[in-house]
Amino acid sequence: MAPMEARTNSVPGGWEPGDLTRVPFALYSDPAVYAREQEALFRGPIWHYLGLEAEVPNPGDWRTTQIGDAPIVLARALDGSLNAFENRCAHRGSLLCLAPCGNSKTLTCVYHAWGYDLKGNLTGVAFRRGVQGKGGMPADFDMKAHGLRKLRVASIAGIVFATYSAAAPSLDDYLGPAIAQRIRRVMKGPPKVLGYYTQTLPNNWKLYIENVKDSYHASLLHLFFTTFELNRLSQPGGIIVDSSGGHHVSYSMIEAATGETEYAGAGLRSDRQGYRLADPSMLMGKDEFGDGVTLQILTVFPTFVLQQIQNSLALRRIVPTGTGETALHWTYFGFADDDEEMELLRLKQANLIGPGGYISMEDGAVGGFVQRAIGGAADDVSVLMMGGHEAESQDTRATESSIRGFWKAYRALMGL
Amino acid sequence: MAEDDRRRHFEIEQLLARYAHCLDDDRLEEWPKFFAETCTYKITSAENQRCNLPVGLFFANTRGMLEDRVSALREANIYEPQRYRHFIAQIVILECDDAVARVQSSFQIVRIMQDGRTMLFATGCYLDRIAIGAAPFLFEERIVVCDSDRIDTLLAIPF
Repeated sequence: MAPMEARTNSVPGGWEPGDLTRVPFALYSDPAVYAREQEALFRGPIWHYLGLEAEVPNPGDWRTTQIGDAPIVLARALDGSLNAFENRCAHRGSLLCLAPCGNSKTLTCVYHAWGYDLKGNLTGVAFRRGVQGKGGMPADFDMKAHGLRKLRVASIAGIVFATYSAAAPSLDDYLGPAIAQRIRRVMKGPPKVLGYYTQTLPNNWKLYIENVKDSYHASLLHLFFTTFELNRLSQPGGIIVDSSGGHHVSYSMIEAATGETEYAGAGLRSDRQGYRLADPSMLMGKDEFGDGVTLQILTVFPTFVLQQIQNSLALRRIVPTGTGETALHWTYFGFADDDEEMELLRLKQANLIGPGGYISMEDGAVGGFVQRAIGGAADDVSVLMMGGHEAESQDTRATESSIRGFWKAYRALMGL
Repeated sequence: MAEDDRRRHFEIEQLLARYAHCLDDDRLEEWPKFFAETCTYKITSAENQRCNLPVGLFFANTRGMLEDRVSALREANIYEPQRYRHFIAQIVILECDDAVARVQSSFQIVRIMQDGRTMLFATGCYLDRIAIGAAPFLFEERIVVCDSDRIDTLLAIPF
């Protein structure tokens, strides 16, 4: 057994500035870090996914969502514009919209009946002039100064984002051309929501987004993928990391595997032979995007995922609910012009993803394995050296470049 | 109630109970045999059901897909050892003729992890269409409607 001194994982001098190959475990459990993230990331100068335009198609439609700890309403005002504001009455701070979604001309707080339009402007205060000449608001009460806290809203290809910050660049500039192009690639027509599920993850939110960006693990942890050659690291593909590091795309294409020896040679668990489906109809995917790309996982920093696994399409929204707990919201979708056969294929391929998915099932648990293991290791670090030290695009998926990219963007925004 | 109806009701109750014991006893390989060759099995939520949103947490339209779920759980998927305990109640036969019965029942599923952690994992109702023309009775359709659309960590074993 190696002596204690041989251990090289720890960073006794602290987190070296600019180092992307080590991540202190303390970041996954420290309440002060959580609080700082709410300020610097979730209310910071970046954009957050809210929902689809198609989820609020008509004037008066609204839908509740979240950015970090803050409850948010996405609304389509009566003039057709998209608006986002905090779901909190400007009077005493009560939740305004209690249902997940609805349609109304105004939003009225149940507590004291203050009313707002769907742009977040205060339009009514109950008993503002008092009752029988007594009470009421002072004459100088300014309705305009007591609206809901509004966010900037912008969309790309029907996907709505918002930011708290006037300092945030435009959404297009935030995403950059490479990411924007691959969002548009998937959102090829008017989307149609097929269902919603939420998964409660027993781990810090960053362990989940790291997992999504981790192209290295995909074919090792997920045997289902590998066995059916939906995803092997030897398939043509690669990763794209934007210049901030925060956004990424991992993609792969189907190509008949020939003479592969890396998997068999390494005796990896994920290459068992002889495992065949009784009903393979689920895997009879269609090349609906016409480019042979069968898998595209895209993230927008910090908590948005757009997923194409064959014809299984989903938007994932990550909401931290504590240092060691995360809500993962899944929106499964297809397109308005899907025929019956295509929709059935999507329903079958939905078996790959979500809380019970053949592929994503393990992702719900593996973050918890880390969270439970690092309980006594706040002074230790994780290691991210596959594919080098930087966070650049690479034409291989046997790399941790996009995870390093996450930490590059994270350190910049958090000032760490 | 006529003796025939009483007997039919009893046999349907037995089917529902045997199904629950099969899963709770980890006899997963027997689970697909409760279904007809062509069948519908779906785990969904009350909210998705109410909004006519078709996607399920798991969906199968053949017995083969159910068998695949079992072999994936046995051979491919990684999840911590866990067990369920089903509680089935309020079994109602909504409609019935000599060939098919439509049945609704409530369920509560408790999940027990390997370290002993025990939690209320899911509640909801089964909406069943059961072929009762011949023995054994088989599910032609079993829609598992969970009251909540929130799943803790992961859903491995079927409901």
